[in-house]
Amino acid sequence: MTLAASVAIARGLGWLSRRSGRGGGTSAPGKVLLRLHPSAIQLLSERLPEGTLVVSATNGKTTTARLIGAVVAAQGWPAIQNFAGANLLSGIATALIPDAGTRQAPEIGIFEVDELALPEVAARLRPRVMVLMNLFRDQLDRSGELERIAERWSAMIAGLPADTRLVANADDPSIAALAGDRPGTIWFGIDDPRMALAEVPHAADATRCRRCHTPLRYGRVVLGHMGDWECPGCGWSRPDRDVGVTEATLDGTSGVSLEISTPEGVVHAELAVPGVHNVYNAAAALGAAVALGIPAGRAAAALAAADAAFGRAERVRVGSHDLLILLAKNPAGANTTVHTVMLDPEPLHLLVALNDQTADGHDVSWIWDADYEPLLERLAGVVCTGDRAYDMALRFAYAGCPRDRITVIPDVSAALDHALADLPEGRTLYALPTYTAMLRLRQVLVQRGAAQEFWRDR
Amino acid sequence: MATVEICHLYPRELNIYADRGNLAVFAHRLAARGHRLRIVEVEPGDQLPTGAHLYYLGGGQDRDQLMVADDLRGTKGQRLREVVNGGAVMLAVCGGFQLAGHGYTAVDGTRMDGVGVLDADTIGGPTRLIGNIAIEAELEGERGRIVGFENHAGRTTLGTGSVPLGRVITGFGNDGASGFEGAVTRRAIGTYLHGPLLPKNPWLADRLLEWALEAAGTPVSLDPLDDALEIAAQRVALRRMGLTA
Repeated sequence: MTLAASVAIARGLGWLSRRSGRGGGTSAPGKVLLRLHPSAIQLLSERLPEGTLVVSATNGKTTTARLIGAVVAAQGWPAIQNFAGANLLSGIATALIPDAGTRQAPEIGIFEVDELALPEVAARLRPRVMVLMNLFRDQLDRSGELERIAERWSAMIAGLPADTRLVANADDPSIAALAGDRPGTIWFGIDDPRMALAEVPHAADATRCRRCHTPLRYGRVVLGHMGDWECPGCGWSRPDRDVGVTEATLDGTSGVSLEISTPEGVVHAELAVPGVHNVYNAAAALGAAVALGIPAGRAAAALAAADAAFGRAERVRVGSHDLLILLAKNPAGANTTVHTVMLDPEPLHLLVALNDQTADGHDVSWIWDADYEPLLERLAGVVCTGDRAYDMALRFAYAGCPRDRITVIPDVSAALDHALADLPEGRTLYALPTYTAMLRLRQVLVQRGAAQEFWRDR
Repeated sequence: MATVEICHLYPRELNIYADRGNLAVFAHRLAARGHRLRIVEVEPGDQLPTGAHLYYLGGGQDRDQLMVADDLRGTKGQRLREVVNGGAVMLAVCGGFQLAGHGYTAVDGTRMDGVGVLDADTIGGPTRLIGNIAIEAELEGERGRIVGFENHAGRTTLGTGSVPLGRVITGFGNDGASGFEGAVTRRAIGTYLHGPLLPKNPWLADRLLEWALEAAGTPVSLDPLDDALEIAAQRVALRRMGLTA
């Protein structure tokens, strides 16, 4: 079948799926397209004059792709992007299906890609830019151990076309080890000494040198195992940053102000998303801009235009209350979420939702590697919900939370009602869900008219 | 009031399945009964303290486990066998279970030696055995149900010097075929169950603590605690495996 005919069939399917109310059709049309025309991804992506950019990481893919979307929009390049979560081959194929309407022809593809799917996606897209942000422990029962992803990425990088430009996180020793020898790599990192944790958190994953296995020494830990590191054994250390955040000022749970050093000089940026993890996301987006030849000043100014992706520091008004949804699906992500929530100086009201479905990981033991303990001193109450609500309740109980401050309501809708009923006027309820629990929570919010379906959120 | 000393072996190398959750359970359940806990961490190259009452060995990634196996070769392993023979308690989870046995032979034939506290030997299998698991355990004549999660490529078989920790109700267990899970020799327990193991299994946690208190010279029968959350968590885990509590 010709590419045009395959595309027409796949496009019709997506339209039917949305029309019949069965959701957004964010993956199924691409699946059909790839079956009808296996090389569709190569052929369709070759039509993009500015090429493609892929972003992968354990944490931060969706928000970073969104920030880069704002940057290329400021450059005047119409972009196609995949929907958050539809980040396997099929989701990217779906995004590449051209619109039937008269929309401006896209010039660039910006894709967030699942860590395991990345080698296959890269082989087909031959991307112009590849942004590698971090590797944390995630869903061990699905992916095998962290080492295996690192091995696959290493083989992938060795096979990349010479003109693919890497943008890599200098602060993550695992990423630095992978990208270290590739010429032309654009390194980003955080150089503001105020962004330092007191110690390496428990969940840190890469505390030994990837080259000689000596424990790494940290001048500063910013997030998880990321920071200013060096190996006392072989002398290997953090690569010099091409894009370095020299000043980051966290504005509570609402945003961040940044001074960023770039090859074109220091630029200023305001972010509408909170927390130190978003400082990394912004640095990655500026690195991507440099790799794409977009002026750093223009890119930095564009970052303020990017709002939160669904479920990622997404603020929702429910009746007279504010709800902030902070996806937390692995120890490093949960720790970041805890730090972000702690930026609110008031007593904290939490709704923590733990599911154990395939997209969450069937193994919920990761919650014991996350540090919820800092919350306790200001915790007014926590409502635990989801398939494994009681496991979450035990996590808080054994963290030392008095059991009378823990409520368990497995049904997400009822749990939300309970948490909102307990919330004093003017305070924010913080929801910390795993991936499918976040989808369920949003479904409840959509039914109540408080939020939009996720597939309308581009 | 007694002080229980736990020797946590290789906390930085062997911690992949939230082993610190098990330590948190020991700490809280001892404190709730008015006892004190002291945790001694042992790193590669350190001497093994012989006076601890409970030795804890978790699981790690392949490369870290090889390093630990290397460190345990020689006097450290010898001392571990001696303390267990002398009545100390040991809990070895997942990779720790394999290390507490005679060793592990990988699919490519490479051998990682264990310390031989348990009469168990492991060979690598072609697939990983992954999923929720429930077992009916028996310890010194007392029975209890234990739930957890398993994720291991190793197939472990027991010699006559160990008895299984329990029978598999649902899940794979030691080798996916025998119907047995775990191994017990004297007061050393090896098991593939994590999740972590102890928060949802207060019966097992309290048996281990009673043994540790006995090793500390204070034999007691621990008073029950309010375990409503623990019991509910176990019941939900069983129900999600299609079992009734």
